[in-house]
Amino acid sequence: MDYEIVIGLEVHIHLNTASKMFCGCSTKFGGQPNTQTCPVCLGLPGVLPVINEKAVVLAIKTALALNCKIARFTKFDRKHYFYPDLPKNFQISQYDKPLSYEGFLEIDVGSSVKKIGLTRIHLEEDAGKLIHREHGDSSMVDYNRTGIPLLEVVTEPDLRSPQEAYEFLVTLKNSVEYLDVSDCNMEEGSLRCDANISVRPLGQKTLGVKTEIKNMNSFKAVRLALEYESGRQIGLLGEGKEIVQETRLWDGALQATSSMRSKEEAHDYRYFPEPDLLPIVPDEMLIEETMRGLPEMPRRRRQRLIEIYELSEYDASILAREKKLADFFEETVREVNKPKIVVNWITGDLLGILNEKGLSLGDICFGPGDLAQILTMIGDGTLSGKQAKELLKEAVETKKRPADIVKQKGLSQITDEAAIEGAVDKVLSMNQKAAGDFKAGKEAALAFLVGQVMKETKGKASPAIVNQTLRKRLI
Amino acid sequence: MDELYSLTCGQIRKLYNSNKVSPAEVAESVLKRIDAVDGKIGALVNVNKDSIKSQLLSIKDKKNGAFYGIPVVIKDNICVKGEGTTCASLILKDFRPPYSATVIERLRQEGAVLIGKANMDEFAFGSSCETSCYGPTKNPWDLNRIPGGSSGGSAASVCADETIAALGSDTGGSIRQPASLCGVVGLKPTYGRVSRYGLIAFASSLDQIGPITKNIEDAAILMNVIAGYDPKDSTSAKIPVPDYTKSLVNDVKGLKIGIPKEYFVEGLDREVEAAVKEAIKKLESLGARCDEVSLPHTRYAVSAYYIIAPAEASSNLARFDGVRYGLRSRGPKAANQHLIDMYKETRAEGFGNEAKRRIILGTYVLSSGYYDAYYLKALKVRTKIKEDLDNVFKEFDCVLTPTSPTPAFKIGEKLNDPLSMYLSDIFTIPVNLAGIPAISMPCGFTAGGLPAGLQLMAKPFGEETLFKVAYTYEQNTQWHKRKPRL
Repeated sequence: MDYEIVIGLEVHIHLNTASKMFCGCSTKFGGQPNTQTCPVCLGLPGVLPVINEKAVVLAIKTALALNCKIARFTKFDRKHYFYPDLPKNFQISQYDKPLSYEGFLEIDVGSSVKKIGLTRIHLEEDAGKLIHREHGDSSMVDYNRTGIPLLEVVTEPDLRSPQEAYEFLVTLKNSVEYLDVSDCNMEEGSLRCDANISVRPLGQKTLGVKTEIKNMNSFKAVRLALEYESGRQIGLLGEGKEIVQETRLWDGALQATSSMRSKEEAHDYRYFPEPDLLPIVPDEMLIEETMRGLPEMPRRRRQRLIEIYELSEYDASILAREKKLADFFEETVREVNKPKIVVNWITGDLLGILNEKGLSLGDICFGPGDLAQILTMIGDGTLSGKQAKELLKEAVETKKRPADIVKQKGLSQITDEAAIEGAVDKVLSMNQKAAGDFKAGKEAALAFLVGQVMKETKGKASPAIVNQTLRKRLI
Repeated sequence: MDELYSLTCGQIRKLYNSNKVSPAEVAESVLKRIDAVDGKIGALVNVNKDSIKSQLLSIKDKKNGAFYGIPVVIKDNICVKGEGTTCASLILKDFRPPYSATVIERLRQEGAVLIGKANMDEFAFGSSCETSCYGPTKNPWDLNRIPGGSSGGSAASVCADETIAALGSDTGGSIRQPASLCGVVGLKPTYGRVSRYGLIAFASSLDQIGPITKNIEDAAILMNVIAGYDPKDSTSAKIPVPDYTKSLVNDVKGLKIGIPKEYFVEGLDREVEAAVKEAIKKLESLGARCDEVSLPHTRYAVSAYYIIAPAEASSNLARFDGVRYGLRSRGPKAANQHLIDMYKETRAEGFGNEAKRRIILGTYVLSSGYYDAYYLKALKVRTKIKEDLDNVFKEFDCVLTPTSPTPAFKIGEKLNDPLSMYLSDIFTIPVNLAGIPAISMPCGFTAGGLPAGLQLMAKPFGEETLFKVAYTYEQNTQWHKRKPRL
């Protein structure tokens, strides 16, 4: 029997506000444990939360960009469970009146586009972090993360494969990066994802029994965990067994999920309205202004890149995925108006170097102006293509300006015809057979000779002039 | 001259202004009085003997402060930086907050001298001050009787002249009922009038801090100090605070006072009823118009309250788990390192019976499947009760009722009968549910010499009306001048 996989995701995104959701503590990552805390985020007796308005604005911005409706009345609720990383033993979250609802995100599935429904996007506070000692009998708690504003994005069960889930996450991350509302760093925990997954015989309308998968720390892990879990569920059904509704943990080392708690052990969160905070009635002006101020989102940008610069669908996709990359492209083109050449240098050489080094655009000092400089030097014949590539690599690695490197190394191309003629003469005298071959009509011999001249000039000669000079001599 | 400890803020301020006494002398007088009588009463759980000197030094430049040199006692659920703040619970034994409540900051700014912390029902759960882990406070009028609660220590300390004034907190009557039973003045301000930042929460949507004082003038002076918007409390109101002492006017002519018939029913002590009715006549004779009104949903108030308040309490008290501060059980199972066992044993050991009762009740009514039937329905009742009062205030300036259905009862009398205990707050609870202000003041004594109190309610932010009516009544009666013999 064929089965259909049904997946819904819950994605938690840290908002990049300077201070926490309900107090003034810093949200910076990596501080010494418990140095970014105060009575409020430690939930000491008697403290009260105060809403960080910046977080609400960022949340509205994200929700609008993800095509959500903004609630005209929204409130916070308390979600109760006991755990040491939660100082009040309840989390301030949103329950029945989320900030936004009924949105969607479009993703690429093969060559077509699929709309993934978003049930809701709401605001809440993050919990702290337990640090389990490997040796010893105790655990430690770091409350620096406690109270950092979190956006929870909940999808409809619209995803039909682990690959679609992966694609959704990549697209969501790109969108959020475009909005500049989060660092989206999975290693630092600023983006986290849980998944609900069930399977059903193809054609069946009702949903199968679902499991919730937690503890996936990369997009790849999400895909692997969902692949494993769908296989496990289909296997069970195939054997005539039932699927148990439960929460399961992904174990990256074992590459498998295992049961964490059953439905019976599930928490009763005892939600009720947070009495310490007033409901929020978002300002219409603010919503309109935010809507107007939304940046161009990845899909629209891709379309524009195709239309304006006549890029291929493939190149435009690569550029538009990452806002910084698309910005890099457009800024370079502004200086050197050769879109196709620029895109080839970015997607080919520059990304090649970055991938090889495991870096991203944000990590390097090399900017659009630097690439423009290199391309201009190719254009005016100062550099050969090969020199330019080496120069790019060196500039990225050493953080030096390309023009400085050229000057320092005397890297400029030899365009002096007299100097090139000398080299050509020398090469021809040493390679009379090849010269003869070319004269006899063997076109390939010319390439060999050009190569020899280049070698003679240590790669500095302009290949075009070498070519010309050789032809002139040999005809 | 009377002993300094027996004076009011108003009287002491006059003495300071004419340089007749110093804050040190007043503080010393109060401390001596505490030494003399608190052994019998047990109003205070902690006296700041060590810090008085440094406090006196630090107020030297605050001579113009509104509370300069006035000794004040603080209920033990209000955080004072570095001082024990326990809510009279074992679970917070030895807890010293690293910050002060906003009301404490304001008091210090205005030059107050913090004398000590007052006993209370554990986490303010009670109407008798008997659920305290320190043991009960006694009523200065009769040491076999309770002082009321939960702010029983605050009321008893004011009544016994162990302080000049005190702060209490009121969730369902916890300022007004003990004020009534001790024969002093207690004001529950409008919800949002006084910052709750630093008040260890019982029921966040009902709690308010307020003054307990020897007369109406002092309540107005203390309100001038503590009232006002606080950016740290999102539920505090951004409404300007008037000078409440300007409302101390001896005149009620033309004022309309509603007398709700639902408050004069079976269960109301005859002597209390007589005293309140006498007070109504007095106010009428002073020119007020008193008419019967109806607050039909009053009968559901206690039921709704005992759903909403425990629900919020169960949530607010979840943080007391032994992980970060306060008690951590060293019980047999906690020792085996299981987190759940540590939670269970800490909370079993740390909370008293009434706290456990309310946590269980609150947890139950918020449970999935029960929320709509209990919590949501209680919220609807709450709205109805507020509507009743809103309607009356369209026509009337204030509402007058008894504060408590009975005078002070005997220690132990109701401790094992929670329902009967809960009914002590039957007349005060609607005020908290509606978020309106109300004041309790003495209006007579029983044949046995126990104080009876009347309660005045006004519309939200109508504290000025309360002060005006209460001041007029006080100026024309002598009840507030009586003192217990100790």
